[in-house]
Amino acid sequence: MNSPGLDCRRRRGSGTGTPGSEIKNILKMTVQEARLCGLLLREHFGEVVEKVGVHLLRSGTLNLRALAHETSTSLDLVKKCLCVLVQHGMCKFGPGRRGPAGPVEYQVNCERILYMLRYPRYIYTAKSLYGDTGELVIEEILQRGQMTMSSVVRTVADRLTQNMEDGQSMDYSEVVNAFSCLVETHFLQRCPPVDSLGSAVSGTSSTGTSESSANTTPPSAQPESHPDCYKLPQVHLSGRGKRRRSSGDAEGNDGGAKRAKLETREVCGDEGVYWQVNFERFHLHFRHQAIISAVASKLDQTSSEIVRTMLRMSEVTTTANAAYTQAVSANEIFRALPPSYNIGRPILDQYLTLLVDDPMEFVGKAGDSGGGMYVVNLHRALANLARATLESVVQERFGSRSARIFRLLIRKKHLEQKQVEDFAMIPAKEAKDMLYTLLSENLVQLQEIPKTPDHAPSRTFYLYTVNQLPTARLLLQNCYKAVGNLIERRLFETKENKRHLEKSQRIEAILASLQASGAETAQLAEVEDMITAPERQQLEALRHHINKLDSSENQVDETIFLLESYVNSAVR
Amino acid sequence: MFGTQTRCICKRSMAGKGRGVAAFTFNLEALGITRGSMPETQRGPQPLFPQMEFKPVPLKAGEDEDYMLALKQEIRGRMKGLPFNIKPCAGRSDVERYKEKYVKECQKIEDEEWTPDWNRLPNELMPQKKKIRKKTDPKKPSKRSNKDQEALLSKLDELEKKGDKSDDEKEGKKGEDDEEEVEGEEYDEELEEENDYIENHFEDGDDYGAGSDDNMDEATY
Repeated sequence: MNSPGLDCRRRRGSGTGTPGSEIKNILKMTVQEARLCGLLLREHFGEVVEKVGVHLLRSGTLNLRALAHETSTSLDLVKKCLCVLVQHGMCKFGPGRRGPAGPVEYQVNCERILYMLRYPRYIYTAKSLYGDTGELVIEEILQRGQMTMSSVVRTVADRLTQNMEDGQSMDYSEVVNAFSCLVETHFLQRCPPVDSLGSAVSGTSSTGTSESSANTTPPSAQPESHPDCYKLPQVHLSGRGKRRRSSGDAEGNDGGAKRAKLETREVCGDEGVYWQVNFERFHLHFRHQAIISAVASKLDQTSSEIVRTMLRMSEVTTTANAAYTQAVSANEIFRALPPSYNIGRPILDQYLTLLVDDPMEFVGKAGDSGGGMYVVNLHRALANLARATLESVVQERFGSRSARIFRLLIRKKHLEQKQVEDFAMIPAKEAKDMLYTLLSENLVQLQEIPKTPDHAPSRTFYLYTVNQLPTARLLLQNCYKAVGNLIERRLFETKENKRHLEKSQRIEAILASLQASGAETAQLAEVEDMITAPERQQLEALRHHINKLDSSENQVDETIFLLESYVNSAVR
Repeated sequence: MFGTQTRCICKRSMAGKGRGVAAFTFNLEALGITRGSMPETQRGPQPLFPQMEFKPVPLKAGEDEDYMLALKQEIRGRMKGLPFNIKPCAGRSDVERYKEKYVKECQKIEDEEWTPDWNRLPNELMPQKKKIRKKTDPKKPSKRSNKDQEALLSKLDELEKKGDKSDDEKEGKKGEDDEEEVEGEEYDEELEEENDYIENHFEDGDDYGAGSDDNMDEATY
């Protein structure tokens, strides 16, 4: 066990030669993000994974032994943690700086961990698109990180059968259908194949040191680059979902479990082909939904349907991070509109003109051929939505008059203090107060422009301005912090009421077993009364609080998603 | 340049107004700041939970939100039962609780084991069969170069000639052991490859946890 220390030193020694990709990865993560990642990891995978994951996150890239040493966790536990993280696509591994012959190094993907916050939304989206079957498919894969198609189909069919009435069961083929739909629409994708990186001495050890240090980020980074990414394997699956027996006959149950186990061993022809959720595709869908609903609330339902049609038409032809959709002519849009909308050609033209003229700039005109060529300004739309979010945050936190100043600054770019007071039509004293509050919260920036080189205050312009991108970043960090606080609070509430929770759990257990053995109602009521009225009240209050906190988490994540997409689109 | 400027200002202000009086070289009114129009200075850090001037808007409520809330809580509950949730050490509490038995019964289906696909993971993550460092591996001696072996043999022969057999053996063994220890690190990975790792699951907790410090007998994984 003398090696960890050694590895440590090696790692530090080579610190100067860190490849650019790693530095970027570390810089990309902030304190708040790291904290939130830790909390999410703890919630889903337990405290050990949290410890290992957060340490890896903070250190950037580490090998197994160094990680075990620095977290002072036993090697076996660290291995387990890494397995879990890799299984869920949150950790990448690849040959270290010392080339393929050196120890394998691990790197945690912070963004991917934060996606855990969004799991309910992915699942709900799958439900609204592909029904209960799609929902369960996505849910299973999210919970297990990656699965083979055959195991997904079996598990989902069993779960659906469980919820069906007696005598009915789910056919595998239906689940297979839902699964292939999800793959066809790219919501699911194959996990990229893994090179045998783990086997230390592979044949490609002769690839020069410079190259090996350059591709420290493992080659498995881009699943899309793999040609078979969306190709379904040939599977031989037939059968129906099986019902779990009631826990009454324990023996029969055991037998069933054993049989089930035997069946999972059955060869289906897709061993080794694992599937994962394509988060990028989901994010595209969310983005489109955000734009559509924004149009609906800004203009009206009909225009949102037009934008929806435009987005659907260009779904295939537009790349994921394009600023505009492919231009489509008014004629094409007219033909693609579902007939149920009942929009005539002249009305469509009017709507398109309206959309182009709208200050939110959701739709732009790219040319005049074919009755006018139109695009959806994806990035502009995101920027405008982010701006609206910023404005509403200022409004809700500092009042509508501060929001007026904020909007004024966004529109006029640079203003002197005097001008702010005049344009906002707010008494000078109050306006100053608000402006300084915004300034101290970093929502407004101050720019000095000296007339003379001496920077004398009397000969300097003091211009107030709002920089949208940094402000959005700031707000994003606040959101991460808010979610972190929400989770902490929830943990605290649960801890405070631990005794009550355990008691109610215990009583539930007793009730369940009594019910199973066919006890009388009086007996049941007696057991139920073991929780006193104040206790019941307290439990009710706790449930209410936790629901509020959980719901807030979900809704803050919507803001996080919007701001993240804006920041990503602005950076690219 | 900047330094000389500031010094200049200081001198002038000292000369003009004397010590301790506002050290501005310009008229404050020119900036639009009049007496009493400056905001109050802040003392100390802001309170941890400041008074909220504006009440937060209520959360969105609706079918979507309720469903997502339910999903979130369900996921949280389920993740606890999945094998990915790693317990630090599954040390049993001294008293067997009824609740545990009940909970276990309820989650029978969750209580599955998880066997990662080792083809997709680095070999080093595979749980090792402990004490696998076989000293009697027939392959290993052959890996040692012939020269070494010859030297050793000749040495042994020499020692044998001296007559003290028992001593020789000891020394020979000692040398071997030392080398074993030095090379142990490097053999590690080869050994792992030699294992038939398909057979090696997390399931057999005995092999897995045997050597670790914690009491991990119960770790299902």
